[in-house]
Amino acid sequence: MTDMKKSPEEQEKVGVYVCHCGSNIAGIIDVHEVSKWAENNPNVVVSRNYEFMCSSTGQELIENDIKENGLTRIVVAACSPHMHEKTFREATERGGLNPFLFEMANIREHGSWATNDKEAATLKAKALVNGAVERVVHHAPLEKIPVSINPNTLIVGGGIAGITAALELAEGGNHVYLVEREGTIGGRMAQIDKTFPTLDCSACILTPKMFDVGQNDNITMLTYSEVESVEGYIGNFNITVRQKARCVIEELCTSCGICEEKCPIKVVDDQYGAGISYRKSIYRAFPQAVPGFPVLDKENCTYFKTGKCKICEKVCPTNAIDYEQVDELINFNVGNVILATGYDLFDARQIPQYGYGRLANVFSSLEFERMVNASGPTSGHIVLRDGETEPKSVAIVHCVGSRDQNYNEYCSKVCCMYSLKFAHLVHEHLPGAEVYNYYIDMRTPGKGYEEFYHRLLNEGTHFIRGRVAEISNAALHPEEEGRLIVQAENTLLGIQQRTAVDMVILSAGMEARHDAEDVSKLFKMGCNNDGFFNERHPKLAPVATMTDGIFIAGACQGPKDIPDSVAQGGAAASQVSKLINQGTVMLEPVRASVREDECSGCRICNTLCPYNAIEFDEEKSVSRVVSALCQGCGTCVAACPSGVIDGAHFTNTQIFAELKGVLWDVQEELSAKQEVI
Amino acid sequence: MSEQFEPVIVGFLCNWCSYRAADLAGTARIKYAPNLRPIRVMCSGRVDPQFVLQALRNGADGVLIAGCHPGECHYVNGNIKALRRFLLLKNTLEQWGIEEERVQLLWASASEGTVLAATVDRMTEEVRALGPLRWGEKVLVSDTAAHAVVEEVVHDR
Repeated sequence: MTDMKKSPEEQEKVGVYVCHCGSNIAGIIDVHEVSKWAENNPNVVVSRNYEFMCSSTGQELIENDIKENGLTRIVVAACSPHMHEKTFREATERGGLNPFLFEMANIREHGSWATNDKEAATLKAKALVNGAVERVVHHAPLEKIPVSINPNTLIVGGGIAGITAALELAEGGNHVYLVEREGTIGGRMAQIDKTFPTLDCSACILTPKMFDVGQNDNITMLTYSEVESVEGYIGNFNITVRQKARCVIEELCTSCGICEEKCPIKVVDDQYGAGISYRKSIYRAFPQAVPGFPVLDKENCTYFKTGKCKICEKVCPTNAIDYEQVDELINFNVGNVILATGYDLFDARQIPQYGYGRLANVFSSLEFERMVNASGPTSGHIVLRDGETEPKSVAIVHCVGSRDQNYNEYCSKVCCMYSLKFAHLVHEHLPGAEVYNYYIDMRTPGKGYEEFYHRLLNEGTHFIRGRVAEISNAALHPEEEGRLIVQAENTLLGIQQRTAVDMVILSAGMEARHDAEDVSKLFKMGCNNDGFFNERHPKLAPVATMTDGIFIAGACQGPKDIPDSVAQGGAAASQVSKLINQGTVMLEPVRASVREDECSGCRICNTLCPYNAIEFDEEKSVSRVVSALCQGCGTCVAACPSGVIDGAHFTNTQIFAELKGVLWDVQEELSAKQEVI
Repeated sequence: MSEQFEPVIVGFLCNWCSYRAADLAGTARIKYAPNLRPIRVMCSGRVDPQFVLQALRNGADGVLIAGCHPGECHYVNGNIKALRRFLLLKNTLEQWGIEEERVQLLWASASEGTVLAATVDRMTEEVRALGPLRWGEKVLVSDTAAHAVVEEVVHDR
């Protein structure tokens, strides 16, 4: 373990700090043993363990030891460097050392959390600590590289979270590109009738915001568009967006709506209309759509199918229809990105015993939401699938696809509240109708939410505590004939209950977008097992991600109601504003450089670099790395046959030292054996 | 402690995908074999074949190289370079009689904590079944020609 080449005066003085992280680490790993053992390494001068190294007291330990014991290198064994490397580098710097003379051993995520075997975890922790100590000895002081922040921001998703973030940034004077997949912004909130618990009309509070987005000169709205590629890094992303051909010339269209009126093709609107209403083949999702230009749905258009029709072109007073329009690729630069891509509704067809899609009068929550909406297909009248009969009894089933190990284990957070809202709306629209809410637990955390529940208790809703087992149309009695039978255990009464109703509403939960994983890959950030985007820290950094310059807001991060989505949209915008105001950020100095006097000029590295950051000096016949372009991947370092490219902070010497360090135990065995041989 | 052989596997994990996959496995409290000793590199393209040889020479029984999925490399295509080097290295290792299970290449994105954990579990069992590598006997002692090559490769840095 000793670095024999150095004399005692030259030897680095390493301080090792093993964190307990409460019981997160100390519960599995014997932290006292690890810190005591680390003292054996001849480079180690101080070795301590402490309950929370990231606390101010923990950080002060490091600072004081540097000052008092003359430490020249620091190792902290705690969580992932993605969590607290920055914290401890700063502590190292405050102690008076260059922040890069620090190394972290990840004994929490890769150690105590990954196994229950205490002995093995302690051994692994020793190996990782030893690797870090051996590595840090070879660290060199480095300076961070300043990078300017492009003040423009890309926001993906035009729902309420994206709209809020866009307005916050644009009103603050910064330019925003708002990219929306659909033809209009508005998102899920535009589909909703009333919002809980105040019963504000959703459209009344949303559409003014949509209008503001449309009017704001600082916002470039790219609807019917999707992000195609993302290159670069914080401060300097290069974005390519595909704007799909809507076959309408935006400059000419006056949004008069005549094309939509005259179009002969009716299509089931399964997007905005949740499948219970029709739209035309050329359409706006709803009259207040922003922008107001329609979209031509090529799949259903008679002209695109048969080459005949062209009615929309004939009736358009401004000749704004262009069948030849093609997708356009738009390229621009931004400094930061906010992802607000929202959620998908759980498809209740996955639960066959609930009969959705098979039994006509079983509705999904979004279908009911559209039906009860004054601008919906029935003008807000609650009717059965036949379009005219009013139900006399309605069952509302909570937790459909949520809190269920067969589908999604998590609680979707909003369903209890919107189910209560549905119950209220049924009472309001159909006085005298019986309403049954089947719930597992009533979850109403939020300002005014519990009060709303109490209000419903007084409105005469029947609350039945129990998960519904089955919804069927198999009548046992004449009065059940033609109705839906809800079978559930009433767990408060301890009895099986069979209730015949006319209508069932399934309160489906929220799921990550079906393509969330693709989006996360595009933007090079992570999502969890459920597909929701991962935040940097669940408590302290809920809208930042592990990738600098990429932020998240709204239900793409996890189930969320409107106020939480708005709050996150604002929070993400404020984080971006902070970076824009700073003007520059400091980037990691992980860069390659060529030792030119040793370079043979073979040019192998020249073509390997993915950023074309290596230029060839014809005169001297050597290769040279352009530092501003280099991103520090190290491919050239690994490829150089002469071994004369150095990858700062990931040098061969450092990695070999770490390698030897983590293998200390097997090395000892090995050298013992080799002596025998 | 049980008497069964506990292999030591060195993992070269790329900073952006695989290291985070291992972070996620921990955060999600997925339990997997504690035999992996991870070393962070910025990109799987940084993994010099020397790293692998040196790991085996220093007593590791296996080496796992893990990077982003093809097409998703943080550095455009570093993982493809890792794949090219890996395939060449595999040939060399095979000639020395080092079983292919000992050196593996994995694609694991930042969201694939389960994939990383399952691979480490599988690889640990595969290497356990093979037994200790015994590099000294296998490469250095039994084959003097190989000995010369290895010395050259490993010391040329």
